[in-house]
Amino acid sequence: MNLFTFCFIRKNITRPFEDQTSLEFFSKKTDCSLFLFGSHNKKRPNNLVFGRMFDFHVLDMIELGIEKFVSLSDIKSPKCAEGTKPLLIFAGEAFDTDSEYKRLRSVFIDFFRGQTVPAVRLAGLEHVLHFTALEGKIYLRSYKVLLKKSGCRTPRIELEEIGPSFDFVLRRTHLASDDLSKTAHKLPKALKPKKKKNISHDTFGTKLGRLHMQKQNLAKLKTRKMKGLRKRRGETIQGEEEDSAKKAKVE
Amino acid sequence: MAATVEELLAKAEKDEAEKLKSIRVKKELELEFDLGNLLASDRNAVNLRDFRAQKKEDYLRALARDNTQLLVNELWKMPSERVEGVVVAKLPEPTTRLPREKPVPKPRPPTKWEQFAKLKGIQKKKKTNLVWDEAHKEWRRRWGYKRANDNTKDWLVEVPETADPDEDQFAKRAHAKRERVAKNELNRLRNIARAHKLKVPGAAAAAPSRNELARAEQVAKVSTASVGKFQERLPKEKAPRNRGKKRAFQPNIGDFSTERQQQLELLKVIASKKPRMDVTKAVNKQMREEDMEAASKKRKGAGRKGRKGGSAPRGKAKGKAKAKGQGPPAGKSRQVRKGLGKR
Repeated sequence: MNLFTFCFIRKNITRPFEDQTSLEFFSKKTDCSLFLFGSHNKKRPNNLVFGRMFDFHVLDMIELGIEKFVSLSDIKSPKCAEGTKPLLIFAGEAFDTDSEYKRLRSVFIDFFRGQTVPAVRLAGLEHVLHFTALEGKIYLRSYKVLLKKSGCRTPRIELEEIGPSFDFVLRRTHLASDDLSKTAHKLPKALKPKKKKNISHDTFGTKLGRLHMQKQNLAKLKTRKMKGLRKRRGETIQGEEEDSAKKAKVE
Repeated sequence: MAATVEELLAKAEKDEAEKLKSIRVKKELELEFDLGNLLASDRNAVNLRDFRAQKKEDYLRALARDNTQLLVNELWKMPSERVEGVVVAKLPEPTTRLPREKPVPKPRPPTKWEQFAKLKGIQKKKKTNLVWDEAHKEWRRRWGYKRANDNTKDWLVEVPETADPDEDQFAKRAHAKRERVAKNELNRLRNIARAHKLKVPGAAAAAPSRNELARAEQVAKVSTASVGKFQERLPKEKAPRNRGKKRAFQPNIGDFSTERQQQLELLKVIASKKPRMDVTKAVNKQMREEDMEAASKKRKGAGRKGRKGGSAPRGKAKGKAKAKGQGPPAGKSRQVRKGLGKR
């Protein structure tokens, strides 16, 4: 069983949109902040509620109805290992324009992204989850990635469907109020990006830096040797003139 | 055979294009990438006509393939290294702002010194990193290894005039330093305990109350050789109440007339037939008896009611409510209350 999920075996009669206390209780007991509740009744057939908590209180809940479903076992193909970090792709303008779809995308990312890792094995990127928002429906397809040889270092991608595949329709939503959402998104001071000292950006966008130097003795500065500029013996004013002229040219 | 430079260049470009053809994808709008989460967002409008014309699955699969190709192209651009014989790409920090699971931890409460400084308005003075060491004639750090003005490394310590000539001054310095370090450590731990609201050992638990302190003071005053007779009092402290003899006996040889009077009265009382009665005492006793009777009646009435109420449904629901246990048995509650009443 997965380390990160807790599956409830018995059926619990709860109505997430009416009473959230039992959900919050379970969340506290299992120390899980994401939940998925499935139900089926005449009014709302094949219902899935994706939800997440903040401080063990419900933050967002989105109800999706399943219109079409193809399970893992229905699609006969070799699957990829459990626990691989999937590639997530969201397609469709709705995910950027509609506020409910934006929240839905955020919830899906939370649910499916897996652990945060500093580095990833390139050959191990096997799983892709593709979400498409189209005509009021959300299509979720799950593919296995095949890396084919291409002429260069980056491989050519071929996809093979492994399933499960869902056709969702958005039903009810319970989204967090703006200030609760703000509190939930707050970054603690330690994680805020640190301001680098002595680096500034001017209006044109160029990056400027400041160097702090010790005092230099300009008389004893060591510059590049330019043989032509050296004073030769015998040459007086004329030589100096020549030299100064040469200097001007070089500059 | 004699190919010109331009022709060669053109050919090279064409070859490159051919190579990249397999991984290049044409899109109207660029995708937004969040490589830390292996995420790509495609904002392009989905071509509805194509979607309906083709089979849905094929269209979605083609779209997915294109998007995955773009995402993979981006990932392959990341710096990679070989870890244990495996090629691994370093991912940047995730950029999507997702809500936290638990609220931000509260900042730690200020320490005793920080509170005091805030109260007094003492500002932190920024100190320089290096200090001039006159003895070594160089800049040395303020504290730590090879610090400036380190008095533990002195080879000569003058014995002050007021000190004992046999005392080891070096040992004294070392001991003082150890004490200071220990005191600092203790204070640091106390600050931590206070921040975590842990019980500091030996503090409030042992502190006596006001009454206890007053009693202790009284006892201490009297615990001298002269039984507290010469103990000085504070300016506003009241003189102690008569702590002398508990019973005052009359002197053996005192006033003869009063003694005679008392003895005669005593004989009269013994000889009389009527019982003597102290009115106040009698009235008080009567009142107390009445109060107690009223109290016991109240208790009796409440107890009986409870018993009556409990017994009827108990008989019915005995089987069902066995596991849950409906209320305490009435007899027990009566006993408990009786004890309280007595106190």
